[in-house]
Amino acid sequence: MATTVIGARETRPARFWAATNGKKVVMAITGAILFLFVIGHMLGNLQVFEGPDKLNAYGRFLRIVPEILWTVRIVLLASVILHIWAAVQLAARKIQARPVGYAKHENVVSDYASRTMYWSGPILLAFVIFHLLHLTAGVIHPGGEFVEGDVYHNVVAGFQVWYVSAWYIFSMILLGFHIRHGAWSMFQSVGINHPRYTPILKKAAAVLAVVIVLGYISIPISVLLGLVK
Amino acid sequence: MRVRLKIWRQKSPNTRGQFVSYPVDNVNPDMSMLECLDVLNEQLTENGEEPVAFEHDCREGICGSCGFMINGIAHGPLPATTVCQLTMRHFKDGEELLLEPWRARAFPLIKDLIVDRRAFDRIIASGGYISVSTGSAPDGNTLPVPKEAADRAMDAAACIGCGACVAACPNASSSLFTGAKIAHLGTLPQGKPEKDRRAIRMVTQMNLEGFGGCTNIGECTGVCPKEIPLEVIAAMNRDYLRGNWHARDNVVTTIRPFTEWSYGSKLQIDEQSQS
Ligand code: HEM
Ligand code: SF4
Ligand code: FES
Repeated sequence: MATTVIGARETRPARFWAATNGKKVVMAITGAILFLFVIGHMLGNLQVFEGPDKLNAYGRFLRIVPEILWTVRIVLLASVILHIWAAVQLAARKIQARPVGYAKHENVVSDYASRTMYWSGPILLAFVIFHLLHLTAGVIHPGGEFVEGDVYHNVVAGFQVWYVSAWYIFSMILLGFHIRHGAWSMFQSVGINHPRYTPILKKAAAVLAVVIVLGYISIPISVLLGLVK
Repeated sequence: MRVRLKIWRQKSPNTRGQFVSYPVDNVNPDMSMLECLDVLNEQLTENGEEPVAFEHDCREGICGSCGFMINGIAHGPLPATTVCQLTMRHFKDGEELLLEPWRARAFPLIKDLIVDRRAFDRIIASGGYISVSTGSAPDGNTLPVPKEAADRAMDAAACIGCGACVAACPNASSSLFTGAKIAHLGTLPQGKPEKDRRAIRMVTQMNLEGFGGCTNIGECTGVCPKEIPLEVIAAMNRDYLRGNWHARDNVVTTIRPFTEWSYGSKLQIDEQSQS
């Protein structure tokens, strides 16, 4: 064996990003940002149960300072792009790393959520795009007119269309799976693992995933049942 | 007892392989899986057929030579055992067992159930060492090692380099192996001087060899005959992050292969050293 000096001229960030471990650190940090957003967004949305005035006021509140709104949007967009970019490259590596597959392969210890991150992720992306066109831009809005600024109306009219609600509920369940694995995995990716705390973290991730799914899907379900109108 | 072994037969790296089914009668339940293959190979030799090639050495679970998939599970269904320790009594009489080699680009197949695992050797060579002073042996207790660090290092050092973690991983990642080596040396005071460089080099080497990236699925620990915990992967990630943060230059040294078989590696065999 001989040694080779590589990357002498490569910059450190480039090398960090080139390594699978570096990409996972980026995914963990961007995933954490998206995760915090998902929690905050859910808490904001739940104000739909407090009536139109409250929710519309909240919608206006978010838009008081456009600079803040756009800073948040840009951070989220950058996170999504980096997160997906890393995901695509890792997925490509995964395919290349095993050119000849197994005739039979059993999973012994891993959970479903962890093995399906490459499925739940892209479906979430499709959902996010639809969701922005549906309730932020109002370009796609079956089941009634989109009224700029009347968040409450848009949500209720939007979710009264059963297939929109069904797609939303389905996507939120996948978000739950994504978070079930991601919320503890991001700690592992930046090097935090402890035999005493990691099992607690995994349980907390599962509980949080259930809470987030229930929080989000309570809205379309209430609209469909006529509890929110 | 009797079993039917359905085994992947492939003559050489570049020929096509296929499963061939062999009945093996009069299997002693106390035989190991490898001894069962020995019995089959005797039969095959007597019939003038080519025996099944499989790797083995110690036959007591400490060398890491043996290993293949049995019915889709690396080292077979029994946890914390290698195939040489796995006795036939764990299978049912008349059962059909599917024996398949490890499948990963970084582990190119050599023959039948044997794959080239030298990518692991190169990962170790790239950073799995410590500096020691030459000269007379140091005094016994000059370097205090905390009990907990010694235990953790010992647990990680139990890795025998069998490759089951790569084989079981849906990403074909070698993170458990590399993590075990990094944690083994990095938790001890003797391993501290190279801690940062070690992580960067071993991770770089691992990536060059064409293994996949870890997504913390955890199948590796489930099949690991030495039950290396997922914690070592976090240790690798931590040291890698730390190393990148501390590093003062951008030079990374890696090991390149110079013999055939290693076509899984992205390193060109006849590549000239550059600096
Ligand atoms: C609401 C949006 C999202 C949130 C909250 C989120 C959160 C996370 C978190 C916390 C992780 C764990 C990171 C780590 O272990 O280092 C992760 C991993 C991952 N995400 Fe996302 N993500 C989101 C959207 C997406 C999208 C749109 C995609 C796909 C295109 C995606 C694909 C993946 C993949 C493939 C992984 C890697 C699996 C792993 O590392 O275990 N995610 N995500
Ligand atoms: S970590 Fe376990 S499965 Fe992987 S090479 Fe070492 S002993 Fe084998
Ligand atoms: S032959 Fe040595 S571990 Fe199995």
